[in-house]
Amino acid sequence: MAVEKLRRQSQSQWIIEPSGKMRVPVVIFADERLIAGIDEKVCEQAANVAALPGIVTASCVMPDAHQGYGFPIGGVAAFDADRGGVISAGGVGFDISCGVRSLRTGLTVDDIEPVREKLAEALARGIPAGLGRSGELTLSTSRIDEVLEGGARWAVDCGYGTPADLERIEEKGCMAQARPQYVSPQAKKRQSDEVGTLGSGNHYLEVQKVTEVCDANIAQIYGIKEGDVVISIHCGSRGLGHQIATDFLPQMVKQAASSGIELPDRELACAPISSRVGQEYLAAMRCGVNCALANRQVLTHLCRRIFDQVLPKASLTLLYDVSHNTCKVEEHCVDGKLRTLHVHRKGATRAFGPNHPSLPPDLRKAGQPVLIGGTMGTASYILAGTETGMSLAFGSCCHGAGRAMSRRQAKTQWQGKELVKSLAHKGIIIRGASYRGIAEEAPGAYKDVTWVVDATEKAGLAKKVAKLEPVICVKG
Amino acid sequence: MKTTGWEHYSHVADIGVRGFGPTREAAFAQAALALTAVVCDLERIEPKEQVTIECDAEDDAALLFASWLNAVIYEMATRNMLFSRFEVAISPQRLCARAWGETLDVEKHHPAVEVKAATYCDLKVQQNDQGNWVVQCIVDV
Repeated sequence: MAVEKLRRQSQSQWIIEPSGKMRVPVVIFADERLIAGIDEKVCEQAANVAALPGIVTASCVMPDAHQGYGFPIGGVAAFDADRGGVISAGGVGFDISCGVRSLRTGLTVDDIEPVREKLAEALARGIPAGLGRSGELTLSTSRIDEVLEGGARWAVDCGYGTPADLERIEEKGCMAQARPQYVSPQAKKRQSDEVGTLGSGNHYLEVQKVTEVCDANIAQIYGIKEGDVVISIHCGSRGLGHQIATDFLPQMVKQAASSGIELPDRELACAPISSRVGQEYLAAMRCGVNCALANRQVLTHLCRRIFDQVLPKASLTLLYDVSHNTCKVEEHCVDGKLRTLHVHRKGATRAFGPNHPSLPPDLRKAGQPVLIGGTMGTASYILAGTETGMSLAFGSCCHGAGRAMSRRQAKTQWQGKELVKSLAHKGIIIRGASYRGIAEEAPGAYKDVTWVVDATEKAGLAKKVAKLEPVICVKG
Repeated sequence: MKTTGWEHYSHVADIGVRGFGPTREAAFAQAALALTAVVCDLERIEPKEQVTIECDAEDDAALLFASWLNAVIYEMATRNMLFSRFEVAISPQRLCARAWGETLDVEKHHPAVEVKAATYCDLKVQQNDQGNWVVQCIVDV
C-alpha cells in the first residue's frame, strides 16, 4: 500500500479522508509494520463501506485487516436506522457469528504431558471436523427452529452443558428477536446434521497452554495463570449461516437498487435497516447467531465428555464466547450523545470496556474478554476490552492473525505432511483430515499475530491479558 | 489459450474460480469443476450417479452464475456428494443442469476444505473478442 496516500493521525491511526462518494473517513488502526503490508484492496473496500448510507463516524479497519469481499475482513461499521442506515449481508459475511470460545480446564501443562497423544487421538475421534463428518444430532426442521430461537440456551436445556455456561456467552447464549420463519427451508436442511460440528477451513479446536500473563489483575479475574491449560474452539454457524447469507444477497442487491443505493461492489449488497428485506435479514441473521452459539455449546459438551474419559480431574468451565462476524444493535456515545446503532463487525471482535452493562457481574471490572485466534503453529491471545476502544471503534478490536497469503500460494509453498512433522518437533500435535487443508492453513500464510495484538494494544482498542501457545490442534 | 477449461486464481482470504468455454453453458459447467477442485482433486471423484440441479433464471447473467455455483454448493452439502462432470442448459426461465458424481468418502476423496458460498466479489460473466465465454467469482471457504 502506498502509505503516503494515508494521513497519519496518531501513532496507531491512519486516515483516508472522505472523497468522492465517501460520507465519512476511513480509520485504519495499525502500526508501521502492519501498515506497510496492508493491501491496497483493504483501503478500497473500506472506502466503499464509508460511502454506504447512514454510516456513523468512520469506516474502521482493524490491525489484522485483509481483503474481503465487499467489506474488508477486519472491518467495523456502524449505521443509524433513523438516518437511512443500512444493514449488509456481506458486512456480516457467510459464516454468521463465527467466533471463538475458550474454556478453562483446571489443568496445568504437567497434567496433560503424559496423555498428550491419547488426548489428541480422542479429540480427533470425538470432535466432528472437516468436510464429510456429520454431528451426532440429526434434527428435523421443527427442532432446528428451536435451535435458531434458543441458541446455546437450547443446547443447555437439552443437557449439553450447564446454565452457568450461559453467563459467559455474549447475549447470555441466546440472541433475542431471532425469527426462524425468515430462514429458508434450504438453510435449515443444510444444518440438519451439522449442529455440533467444527467445519473446515480455518476452524479448529485447540488445547493451549498459557505461556505468558501480561496483566495479572485481569488474568486473575478471568481465572487464568501461567502454565494453565485452556481449550479454544473456533467455528461458526455452519451450513445454515452460509445459506442465510446466500439467500439474502440477491434480495439485497435488488433492494439496494430500488432504494437508490449505488453499490460500487455488488458484494456490498445492503438494504435500509427499516426496509422489509433489512428487517427479515436481521431476524434471520440472529437465527444464524443462535445456531453458532448452539454449535459451540454442543462442541463444549463433546469436549467435556472426552476429557471425562482421558483426564477425569479436568473441570471445563467457560472463560468466554465471542463472535466476530455479526451485526448487533448497540448503544454508543457519538459526539456526546447516546445513539442506537447497528454495528457490523466483519472479522472483528466485540471488545466492550469495563463496566459495560452487558458484561457478567464478575467480569465487569475487567472488561470483556476478547479471544484472538492465532494459527496452528503460533500463539493465540486473550485480551480485554478498554474504555478507549469504546470511543475509538464502537468497542471493537481485531479477531485473529489475518491472512497474508492466499490458499493457492500456501498450497504450493508448504507440504501438509512436512508441516505436521515440523510442528511436532516444536511440541505441537496437529490432527486434520487433509494434508492439503493443513498446507492451506500454514502458519506462514498469516500475519504475525503478535504484531497484530501489539498494534491493537498500542491503538488502545484492547489490552493484552495472556498469551496462549498450542499443544494440540484438531483442524477442521 | 484453450477454449474450454477451468482454473483457480488467488485471493488473499479465499480463492477465485474461473471457467471458460465456447458457450455460456460450457463455461458455467467448467466453473463448477473449478469449484469442486477447491474441495478435492477431480480425478478422485467417479461420476457414478446423476442428479439434477436447477435454479431460477435471473435477468442478470452474473447473478445467475453465482446462483448456479450456490446451487451446486447446496447439492454437495445436502446430498453429501461430490461431482466431477456437469452439463448445463440455460433457458430464459430456468437453469437446468445434470451433474455426475458420488457420495463423499473422506478416505477416498481427501477433501481439503468445504466451500461456504459463491460471493459476488470479482463476479464476471463475459464474452471475449474471440466469442469465448469467461465466468468467474471468489468463493468463500
